[in-house]
Amino acid sequence: MKSDRKRGHLLSMIYLDNNASTPLDPEVREAMAASLDLYGNPSSVHSDGRRARRAIEEARDEVALLVGARPEEIFFTSGGTEANALAILGSVARGPGRVVTSAVEHPSVREAVARLCEERGLEAVSVAPDETGLDPGRILEAAVPGTKLVSVMAANNEYGGVFPIAEIARGLTARGVLFHTDAVQAAGKIGVGVREWGVDLLTVSAHKLHGPKGVGALYVRRGLPLQAHTPGGGQEKKLRGGTENTVGIVGFGVAARIARGRPADEGQAIERLRDRLERGILERIPRTDVVGGAGPRLPNTSTVVFEGVSGETLLFRLDLDGVAVSVGSACSSGTLTPSPAILALGFSNEQAKGAVRFSLSRFTSAEEIDRVLDLLPRAVADVRGARDRVPIPISVPG
Amino acid sequence: MRLAVAMSGGVDSSVAALLLKEEGHDVVGLSMQLWDHAADTGRTGRCCTLDDLSDARRVAWRLEIPHYVVNLEEEFREEVVRPFVASYLDGETPIPCSACNAKVKFATLWDRARAMGCEGVATGHYARVGIDGATRRPVLKKGADASKDQSYFLYDLTPEQLRAARFPVGELTKEEVRAHARRARLPTADKKESQEICFVPAGTRAGEFVENAAPAFGLPLPTVPGVVENAAGERLGAHAGHFRFTVGQRRGLGLAAAERMYVIAIDPEANRVVVGGGKELETSEADVSSLRFPSGEMPAAPFRAEIRVRHRAPEVPATVHPSGDGDARVVFDRPVRAVAPGQSCVFYRGDIVLGGGVIAKHRNGGSDRERRGA
Repeated sequence: MKSDRKRGHLLSMIYLDNNASTPLDPEVREAMAASLDLYGNPSSVHSDGRRARRAIEEARDEVALLVGARPEEIFFTSGGTEANALAILGSVARGPGRVVTSAVEHPSVREAVARLCEERGLEAVSVAPDETGLDPGRILEAAVPGTKLVSVMAANNEYGGVFPIAEIARGLTARGVLFHTDAVQAAGKIGVGVREWGVDLLTVSAHKLHGPKGVGALYVRRGLPLQAHTPGGGQEKKLRGGTENTVGIVGFGVAARIARGRPADEGQAIERLRDRLERGILERIPRTDVVGGAGPRLPNTSTVVFEGVSGETLLFRLDLDGVAVSVGSACSSGTLTPSPAILALGFSNEQAKGAVRFSLSRFTSAEEIDRVLDLLPRAVADVRGARDRVPIPISVPG
Repeated sequence: MRLAVAMSGGVDSSVAALLLKEEGHDVVGLSMQLWDHAADTGRTGRCCTLDDLSDARRVAWRLEIPHYVVNLEEEFREEVVRPFVASYLDGETPIPCSACNAKVKFATLWDRARAMGCEGVATGHYARVGIDGATRRPVLKKGADASKDQSYFLYDLTPEQLRAARFPVGELTKEEVRAHARRARLPTADKKESQEICFVPAGTRAGEFVENAAPAFGLPLPTVPGVVENAAGERLGAHAGHFRFTVGQRRGLGLAAAERMYVIAIDPEANRVVVGGGKELETSEADVSSLRFPSGEMPAAPFRAEIRVRHRAPEVPATVHPSGDGDARVVFDRPVRAVAPGQSCVFYRGDIVLGGGVIAKHRNGGSDRERRGA
């Protein structure tokens, strides 16, 4: 039993935290391993440099195809956070003016917008989604004349809500307002198309689609001027200095190619597993609720509120039971503030603290979902028991 | 057996985890995030800082045990820090470590551990728990290393809490603990000991902390300056808040007197600090409230015990007269110095902790004279 648990802990976790990060696809790993020998600096003109350059440009083609862009519109970065910073801080020079976002953006967008306000005199307005989704009309209403930038995520990381990017873009084109979307969670899970959507800037990240960490990309519509934020050697057409991360970029390219080539019905298969998990939870465990279930969602994500539960404790318990999930968004700060996204959807502080996110991937099996459904009722009951238990009497009967 | 270990990042709890792991238990390391030091003064405290959490994590890696940081800031704030501040403002000298043990570590943390399937929670305290052969009740005993004994901070655990408690280093000396840590190459083997109150930033006095924290708790600070008086009511000087003083304190009184002067009483209502000579610091009786007995049995008849009125204070033989309603009068065989209200008064018989209570404000430390003067 002990060794089982240990095995479970070290080797065969049931991994349902794919919105935090995904396991590397074996094919990606192979390509990356091979590219470790592409030591040449991609900026060098000799053959070693040219080999690295070619690998990078082939990867750029793949990422461009994944999002429906042209290769010259793709700029590699160190990841989603840097791409978001580049998009937001690089596109709005100074105020006065307004920036409109959803109220549930990733911190990398929220903080970049906050900086625009503090340092460049912009005014930020955010629009909260409700349980049926994000109303594009409210974003467009908020984008009054003088609005410099709208940034709305394509899909939310915390509960998987999918937002109407194309509708927002249609409304904005007539007004000439820049439109950025953080598609980090969307890419690889639902269709992403910069032209169909009509966005000016779009962020993607490799490690959310079975690629490596430390590499992402920003799509910049051709002709759009953007200000670099790191001085450097002029790489990425002067937008992002620094010697390219050849191995990571190669991995990203392969991951993008694989993601684009997955069968069309794969998303539906993942969604069926997600629904099976969700139905099972709602049937077997009282006082549970799905976050954002009434609106469009990513097929892989289910965030469930377990009332009367400390989500943190349930997370620890499930980890010991061999199941990896997350609470709120997986952040490094020691503080435990309830997820703003879940609060925005009308849940109370207490409910939000009992929210647990299950995020699946194409590597998730039906057996794993069933195993989780077997484990979960007991785990929730134990955590509820601990919380509901009458506090240990401190005074002595006398 | 799955057991949780409260890992502070110090050597004692590191070795507690090591020993349980070596006994073959399924050990889960839990570190408590108790206080956001960044939020108060921007300075860092000694304990539960990110450095300590990271030490605990390194030990867990070394031991190959799972490790989690449990956020108990809310509980700690309400059950430990608020009462600490309130107690100082009430003219007492509280012991936050006891409150933390009884109301956080062996309460909320134990609850969380139980939810995670743990059957007990271990700490790095120098204390021991046995089971009374006749009554089957748990018995709390001093740690084997008399110079490190921490039973003083644990006397108010209930029998239920003691049944869950494990003190793996209680049988060891500090040197043996360090030797175990070195043997197992734990990264905390040579770490310095922290003696301070973990949420009071290093280099800061408790009074300073109380002054800074009181507004956030909605607790009013006394009007300053307050007066320093002798027991006869003669004004000797001024001070910047009675909560900066502790009964028995000699330094920082700002008095030029022929004989050594000590704080002998604190009168929070009038923001008055009463000072006197060494003799006036002595008392032969103490009223003790909120009695607790780890056995769960509250004695009705007077009983003999060895008494500690401070951590590491020498034990004094005394007779404890329970009042029947959770209070007691303790009559010492010989006068005791600096009995400070708010501190614990713990009753021992040999190695066994019989029980204890909180030293009450009235009738102690020269307050007989004090009341007469008032």
